[in-house]
Amino acid sequence: MRSSRHPTDVRRRMFLAGAAAVTLLPFAAEATPEALADAIKEVTGGAPLRAGKVTLDIPPIVENGNTVPMTVSVESPMTADDYVKAIHVFNEKNPQPHVFNAWLSPGNGKAAIGTRIKLADTQKIVAIAETSKGEFWNASAEVIITIAACIEEVT
Amino acid sequence: MANVLVNAPKTAKKGDTVEIKALIMHPMETGFRPGTNGRIIPRNIVEDFSATWNGREIFRMKMSPAVAANPFVSFFTVATESGTIALRWSGDEGFVAEHRVAITVT
Repeated sequence: MRSSRHPTDVRRRMFLAGAAAVTLLPFAAEATPEALADAIKEVTGGAPLRAGKVTLDIPPIVENGNTVPMTVSVESPMTADDYVKAIHVFNEKNPQPHVFNAWLSPGNGKAAIGTRIKLADTQKIVAIAETSKGEFWNASAEVIITIAACIEEVT
Repeated sequence: MANVLVNAPKTAKKGDTVEIKALIMHPMETGFRPGTNGRIIPRNIVEDFSATWNGREIFRMKMSPAVAANPFVSFFTVATESGTIALRWSGDEGFVAEHRVAITVT
């Protein structure tokens, strides 16, 4: 047996090492509590956030972060002079802090939205309701994820 | 045309609040995941969703990559007059889909 390895064999090993390094790379970017605060400020423009009125319904423990059902509902008479103008949802640790923004009018009758979201990690979700009077109400929830979303391609 | 599933009442009493549920088939690729070749898969999401009732906008939503694949949305609206509810989705790579449902208001 020869002492030196065949060059293609070495190249193959280098390729394997490279491939392993790529798959072990964590998220390139992750929203942080600061990014979350910035995203919220973008919506509120620095107006104070008040607790209450908003109900954020999301399971506290989720097995699969790829689809997490959630509903946001806001207590509001939904009349022409007092209604919920918008509902914004944010997260803390996905690559981006935004989840969705939705715009409502008195014609919606009920300020409630249901959807399904992705969560990359155990984290806090924040829902903010903007009323026609310019008030911002919020609710938040901690969600524990056992299998995170969007780590690798589904094969 | 993408596969769409919409659940809305066929009839409603005037002034009633009705729920509309809409689901569309879409991968909602985030743009943050490396594929099997190690490269990032480009973002491909549905970004905008809107609903109109006889041409009047009743709901609008902007989604981020954090909305799950096959985005599902439910919302409420007050039944005003008979007509058509049109739901429209648009997003990356020129994605556009529209679905109409008829509703009779008595």
